[in-house]
Amino acid sequence: MKEFAYVRAGSVEEATSAYAAHPGARYLGGGTNLVDLMKLGVERPAALVDVTRLPLDAVEELPDGGLRIGAMVRNSDLAAHPLVRDRYPALSQAVLAGASGQLRNAATTGGNLLQRTRCPYFQDLSKPCNKREPGSGCGARDGVHRDHAVLGHSAHCIATHPSDMAVALAALDGRVELYGPEGARSVAAADFHRLPGDRPEQDTEIRPGELVTGVVLPGSTAGLPSAYRKARDRASYAFALASVAAVLRVSDGVVGGVGLAFGALAHRPWRARRAEEALLGAAPTAAAFEHAVDLELSAARPLRDNAYKVPLARGIALDVLSRLADAALTRRTS
Amino acid sequence: MTGSVGAPAERREGREKVSGTARYAAEFHYPGRAQAWPVPAAVARGRVTGVDTAAALAVPGVLAVLTHENAPRLAEPDDPTLAVLQDPRVPHRGWFVALVVGETLEAARAGAAAVRVDYAAEEHDVTLTASHPGVYVPEDANGGYPAVREQGDPDGAFGSSAARVDVAYRVPPLHNHPMEPHTSTARWEDGRLIVHTSSQGTGAVQGVLAGLFGVPEDRVVVTAEHVGGGFGSKGTPRTDVVLAAMAARQTGRPVTVALPRRYLPAVVGHRAPTLHRLRLGADTDGRLTSLVHEVTTHTSRIKEFVEQAAVPARVMYASPHSRTEHRVAALDVPSPSWMRAPGEAPGMYALESAMDELATELGMDPVELRVRNEPDVEPDSGKPFSSRHLVECLREGARRFGWAGRDPRPGSRRDGPLLLGTGVAAATYPVMVWPATATARALPDGTFLVRVNATDIGTGARTVLAQVGADALDAPLERVRIEVGSTELPSAPLAGGSSGTASWGWAVHEACTRLARRLAEHTGPLPQQGLDVRADTRGSADAESDWARHAFGAHFAEVAVDSVTGEVRVGRLLGVYAAGRILNARTARSQFVGGMTMGLGMALTEGSTMDAAFGDFTESDLASYHVPVHADVDGIEAHWLDEDDPRLNPMGSKGIGEIGIVGTAAAIGNAVHHATGIRFRELPLTPDRVLTGLLDSRTANDARTGPAASGSGPMRGV
Amino acid sequence: MGNDQHHSETTLRVNGKPHTLTVDHRRVLLDLLREDLDLTGAKKGCDHGQCGACTVLVDGRRVNSCLLFAVALDGCEVTTVEGLSGDGEGPHPLQRAFLERDAFQCGYCTPGQICSAAGMLAEAAAGHPSHVTDPATPSGEPVPLDREEIRERLSGNLCRCGAYPRIAEAVEDVIP
Repeated sequence: MKEFAYVRAGSVEEATSAYAAHPGARYLGGGTNLVDLMKLGVERPAALVDVTRLPLDAVEELPDGGLRIGAMVRNSDLAAHPLVRDRYPALSQAVLAGASGQLRNAATTGGNLLQRTRCPYFQDLSKPCNKREPGSGCGARDGVHRDHAVLGHSAHCIATHPSDMAVALAALDGRVELYGPEGARSVAAADFHRLPGDRPEQDTEIRPGELVTGVVLPGSTAGLPSAYRKARDRASYAFALASVAAVLRVSDGVVGGVGLAFGALAHRPWRARRAEEALLGAAPTAAAFEHAVDLELSAARPLRDNAYKVPLARGIALDVLSRLADAALTRRTS
Repeated sequence: MTGSVGAPAERREGREKVSGTARYAAEFHYPGRAQAWPVPAAVARGRVTGVDTAAALAVPGVLAVLTHENAPRLAEPDDPTLAVLQDPRVPHRGWFVALVVGETLEAARAGAAAVRVDYAAEEHDVTLTASHPGVYVPEDANGGYPAVREQGDPDGAFGSSAARVDVAYRVPPLHNHPMEPHTSTARWEDGRLIVHTSSQGTGAVQGVLAGLFGVPEDRVVVTAEHVGGGFGSKGTPRTDVVLAAMAARQTGRPVTVALPRRYLPAVVGHRAPTLHRLRLGADTDGRLTSLVHEVTTHTSRIKEFVEQAAVPARVMYASPHSRTEHRVAALDVPSPSWMRAPGEAPGMYALESAMDELATELGMDPVELRVRNEPDVEPDSGKPFSSRHLVECLREGARRFGWAGRDPRPGSRRDGPLLLGTGVAAATYPVMVWPATATARALPDGTFLVRVNATDIGTGARTVLAQVGADALDAPLERVRIEVGSTELPSAPLAGGSSGTASWGWAVHEACTRLARRLAEHTGPLPQQGLDVRADTRGSADAESDWARHAFGAHFAEVAVDSVTGEVRVGRLLGVYAAGRILNARTARSQFVGGMTMGLGMALTEGSTMDAAFGDFTESDLASYHVPVHADVDGIEAHWLDEDDPRLNPMGSKGIGEIGIVGTAAAIGNAVHHATGIRFRELPLTPDRVLTGLLDSRTANDARTGPAASGSGPMRGV
Repeated sequence: MGNDQHHSETTLRVNGKPHTLTVDHRRVLLDLLREDLDLTGAKKGCDHGQCGACTVLVDGRRVNSCLLFAVALDGCEVTTVEGLSGDGEGPHPLQRAFLERDAFQCGYCTPGQICSAAGMLAEAAAGHPSHVTDPATPSGEPVPLDREEIRERLSGNLCRCGAYPRIAEAVEDVIP
């Protein structure tokens, strides 16, 4: 790790101007991934702008019944927040399915979104990786890629995004709020992360110098049945092999609204738009769910050693959707 | 006897460990101590053609960069993996090609990142297959076992057997990953080399360092007061201690080398992958007629290490015809070495899985099949067993586990999406013991001091040896002090091969017994310096035995297989052991359970992949190499039988550190078969494999009988 | 060495005692404790937040000290295994329970397990759910800790000796 300057920001404006003033700067949140990557030499910032003490550490209720979650809210506090648990169970569950108690105590909402792939080739400086070093090649494509992408990958990159939380945000129609040199803006959580294409070095739509200031969850998905399920190699403290977040609204016996997103299948949380379209207006039956999920996953292009991800994702998606349908129907009748 | 032995005495170093005051090898803060960071090779085979150290030396705080061009010359070691920085050759990826010494950890790490190494890379080959053209039959396997043993006509007998199983299994490379990475702090003082190291035996470290640096052994002092686990990977010195001593010599400073976790898989040894072919033939009563276990494994180009995985088949079951064979290919891979129960752990996974397959083939209960094949004498040597209570372990385990009444049909129990199953496997581990020396001193204040260079790697050696001494002295346990973990103490062998307590304990027992006799003869007050007795068990501990000496055990497992995800969880794991006399019920239980837990990891979560293109293990850190976590481990029980065996050592003990891992993976795998009807023959049983197997089986069933049969696997009848 | 571009004066309260140091910005809390303060109870098992051996409490919350730059903790209160029992006499109840249950072997993960358990108990008391908490459990109330909860919540602390069952028992022993 090379030496770096350190600036503690007291306000968002202070943070963005410090970033601008220090070429090669990075924002430091909980550090659970950035420090890890600095130790590996993957990240070599000349300066760190510490944003952990910015006043972005609250969960606020919005007039539409939604929530704004400050970027510095720690993952454990997010998952434990009564309003999050009550209105967006999938989000709380997703956060709790990730990492460990210690890591969740440090990791921030903004940092969780910006964490980088755990592809072993990305993490190893002695190997080619187009994401780390554009043009150097991809070690994983013909290498060890059991954990890699089956959807939306490119010739340049087959990495997956490791976040659990981001999958729930994508399904719940969350938005990511940003502040940067050009002011404030927001991006749909489902569109915040990119597909790799020919620029895998760019994980997200964030622009240089922009800071994630928060995440907004809309009233439209608040209080609906939602859930997160993750499959992994060990019972806890492991990245997903596949995961799914879903939210379901059933009205008049048909699907009135649905958000479905997969994790660990692609370079970004994979919002299953085709499945959602197929389900809208349909009765929430097992057959309808199967049809919709199969339609979505028909786009999968598994690699040599990760074809299992398709039936795995299918199975957990059907399980979650059927449980949500039961909950939605029970809620209606009770 | 005061009855200390067998009591659940509390660990003597326990308070230090729970309070954080126990010091491990990196935690000795000598004035001026420097930190060092190694640079691993980035090619799988070739030569270093140049090392540019200028940028590294320019990093603030960097004191020196050692390379093969400037590092101290070492005498040629017996272990070629220790010849670090001696020549430009790169035998495998991850081999250390430089070492950066810095004032701080940060400086050393930054310096290491700044070292530029050029290589002349050569074609490499790291992929093991059973038909690899480089495969050969070695002279012997690890432990000195002959590579091949044959009795009768195994092929002919197999061909004419009424029931046959001919199957192949694969165990992937596995990593020891003790929680404390390999670490040493070294300093030179007036020509003496003083080292704190994380090792399973300081005696070997002392000998190796003396040889490498050309100094007399009595000028080398090695201590290992507390050791954060080893599981075989610290059985002999590793590069950390050699590099620390070299760097200390080069810089004139005390130097600590704490190997980064990610570098361990390449340089501290690993359990080599093993490809097994098992052929079991039996008559209709289930008596084995032929047993063939052939193992193919890999070793590195610089060191032949052959995992002795076919050896347990020479011990376990009676069969008139048998062949056990080891074959190995030398590849451009890191050097494999010991990992908890080398040989037995992978070998018994294969053998005990095959026995389960044979039971299915015969329609026989797998416990009964094993009972039926109980030998009268050790099958390979013809020697009688000093004690063998495998059948009793199986029976007792079956009783405790509730095996009776088990519906043998695979796929017969389910709980919603969970497929439930139970499995059994046997365990064995040889009794090993080595000569050791110890002293015992009686002091005028009525206390005793026992000194022996044992190493407590977490086994509770201090505690158990004090118990042995107390009983031999007929003294209360708290009056016996014990010193271990330093070459300044009477020499003794390493903590390995489950032989430590037997070896050290024998010497302690002898010293204390003789001291007690002297005290009985002594009249008047003791002299100020006390009365000293020294024991050396050479000639007794290493005497040839006419007996085949092994510990045995039985493992029972209950699993739940999630039919949606292929995730396997172990609900219950129960072991019953016959391992001689248990010297400390508390620490023994912890060892058995610890071994079983590692076996659970071997079954379900642990696996490493050799990357064919790059020549290294892809799962190099603890995020990707999945050792079990708390959530994976529930309902583990260890029990033991009272086994009285006078043909072992004065304590009547067998080793207990390794047998817990032996057979555990087979018991779990057999339970997964019982749950699903699918026989998985490659570890670990991760969701990718299990789910794929479940789906393939469902597809095959659908094709055969229509979708209605979906979910229940095929049952193989007689 | 004073403050410069790569170093800053930083004050931490560690186990109740204030320490002001000029730290290299690269220095993580774990190395500061071990190298600068000679508090070697927190262990380095992986240096990347993958094992939990370095767990300490910062402002009462359990964290991986290997992933926290010390400079960013200016003004924080750090508790390590050495200070867990505070000024009290004798060991912390968790330390005593670990001893009584033989909840360790090599001891290297033990300080992290104990600090993690201490942090975890506080989290559950504060109503933090876990992955295995029934979603129907009311928000904001203490979460009862059964064996499954304990195991899930301690899963960020690896133990290669396999002392897990004993650790869970030890933690159960101190639950009021």
